[in-house]
Amino acid sequence: MQGFLTLFRKELVRFWKVSFQTVAAPVLTALMYQLIFSHVLSRHAEAYPGVGYTAFLIPGLAMMSMAQNAFANSSSSLIQSKITGNIVFLLLPPLTALEFFAAYMLASIVRGLAVGAGVLVVTAWFGLPLPSHPGWALLFGLLGCGVLGTLGVIAGIWAEKFDQLAAFQNFLIMPLTFLSGVFYSINSLPPFWYAVSHVNPVFFMIDGFRYGFFGQADVSPWLSLGVVGGSFILLSGLALWLIKSGYKLRH
Amino acid sequence: MPSAIEIQAVSKRYGALQALDDVSFRVEAGEFFALLGPNGAGKTTLISAMAGLSRPDSGSIRIMGHDVVRDFRAARMSLGVVPQELVFDPFLSVRETLRFQSGYFGLTRNDDWIDELLFKLGLADKANVNLRALSGGMKRRVMVAQALVHRPPVMVLDEPTAGVDVELRQSLWAFVKELNEAGHTIVLTTHYLEEAETLCNRIAMLKRGKLVALESKDKLLQHGKEREVAFKLAAPLPDSLLPSKVREEDGRIVLKLTDLSQLEGVLATLREADVRVRELNVVEVDLESVFVNMMHGGQG
Ligand SMILES: Nc1ncnc2c1ncn2[C@@H]1O[C@H](COP(=O)(O)OP(=O)(O)OP(=O)(O)O)[C@@H](O)[C@H]1O
Ligand SMILES: [Mg+2]
Repeated sequence: MQGFLTLFRKELVRFWKVSFQTVAAPVLTALMYQLIFSHVLSRHAEAYPGVGYTAFLIPGLAMMSMAQNAFANSSSSLIQSKITGNIVFLLLPPLTALEFFAAYMLASIVRGLAVGAGVLVVTAWFGLPLPSHPGWALLFGLLGCGVLGTLGVIAGIWAEKFDQLAAFQNFLIMPLTFLSGVFYSINSLPPFWYAVSHVNPVFFMIDGFRYGFFGQADVSPWLSLGVVGGSFILLSGLALWLIKSGYKLRH
Repeated sequence: MPSAIEIQAVSKRYGALQALDDVSFRVEAGEFFALLGPNGAGKTTLISAMAGLSRPDSGSIRIMGHDVVRDFRAARMSLGVVPQELVFDPFLSVRETLRFQSGYFGLTRNDDWIDELLFKLGLADKANVNLRALSGGMKRRVMVAQALVHRPPVMVLDEPTAGVDVELRQSLWAFVKELNEAGHTIVLTTHYLEEAETLCNRIAMLKRGKLVALESKDKLLQHGKEREVAFKLAAPLPDSLLPSKVREEDGRIVLKLTDLSQLEGVLATLREADVRVRELNVVEVDLESVFVNMMHGGQG
């Protein structure tokens, strides 16, 4: 337990020492998206009855930023430790696979939530209502960051070089987060893209998170919870198994 | 009392390369043990297997009686390893590094011991300096401190003196010796035979993944004194010297002396027999040939 707490704390210190890059920068990026898209698309039809496009955009942008940063936190920390070699100081102590995994994953959630809170605060004046179901919003925030933090652990363990990690990020994480209904309601999509969105767990994170704010969404929050929760369990199982087996960490 | 380290039939392949080939030996508690061998012999691979950093293909290893795979928590609590490569976390200061390392081993209030380690390793005035700002030798000392935060009964140092100046080397050895006297079992790898000679009780030699020798220091030293001397003579070797002759090569006769001080006697005998010495070479024995000789002769 102490081992887990220490590693968790170290992971928090690591991103907090450079919070200008790890928290402030993504908040600024999200603010830009909000400014540009709400300006271009403000005359767009209401996304849901009573919900204007500018307000609709906010939770999606927040969730997308949370997802990307949760992924970045665990994956970049692991790959840096692997490449500099100081991961050996985590492999020598008697940390269990669960302690190791939980520390990286939870630190990713903290970074994701910090970024998400920042995005909501700076974009709220575009007309974000107070969440109608704060419990749902928080649950999807936590689980969404958990899924991406876990994916980051897996990618960080798998990648041997920075460019492999960049490929993972550019060809998997970016498409997943962008093609997720951040900028539109998927009900407005042609059937093919509608179907594609439905196999993307990030879509369900965003949809569930939106439900927490507006009390309405494209699909039922229970369905979203099933998909996001199921992804989290599956990926956590995979990450734990990789760590336990020593995959790419212990030769 | 269990052995400090028990290595049983450990083999490990990297692709086509047999990095460890059926290695077995024990290190008893309280020993000061040296693991020697040329580059690529498998020393680091063996240490990695002890530490759980790599998994042998077959065989088992116990640290203080704890299997390093099945009972990995107890095994790792008993072991402190100073890795061969110089690695550090550039985000942290020396004290932060040691505090975090303590925490990974489950220790919270460890500052007294950390202060003692800093003092003993000459790092007290660097405690709050970032690791990036330390010299290589200083970083090495921090790694030694990191390996000791949990006061492990068994400590393994993988070439701790590579790239380290004489002064640090001596102070490091004094410190490690002190630990040994306090009851810690010490295993080190080095390329310097003298270091192994002056510090260790027992020595193991690896070569191409195989354990080729396992000897007490005294026995090794005896072998280490043996010298081969090659003579180019103007006349045949006197009969009285025949027993020392080991071979002939390139027209030189090679004699084996149990001690270099015998050379004087040999020269006197040659002078008496009126055999002129045209050339004389003392064949430098390297560590490896000492061991190889030992393997072929010493153990009978
Ligand atoms: N991860 C790895 N993948 C492939 N081969 C490896 C790996 N680690 C070690 N080897 C090979 O195994 C052999 C033993 O290497 P090892 O590092 O154990 O030698 P060593 O005795 O520590 O040498 P040195 O004195 O140079 O430190 C070498 O031939 C090395 O190339
Ligand atoms: Mg080595």
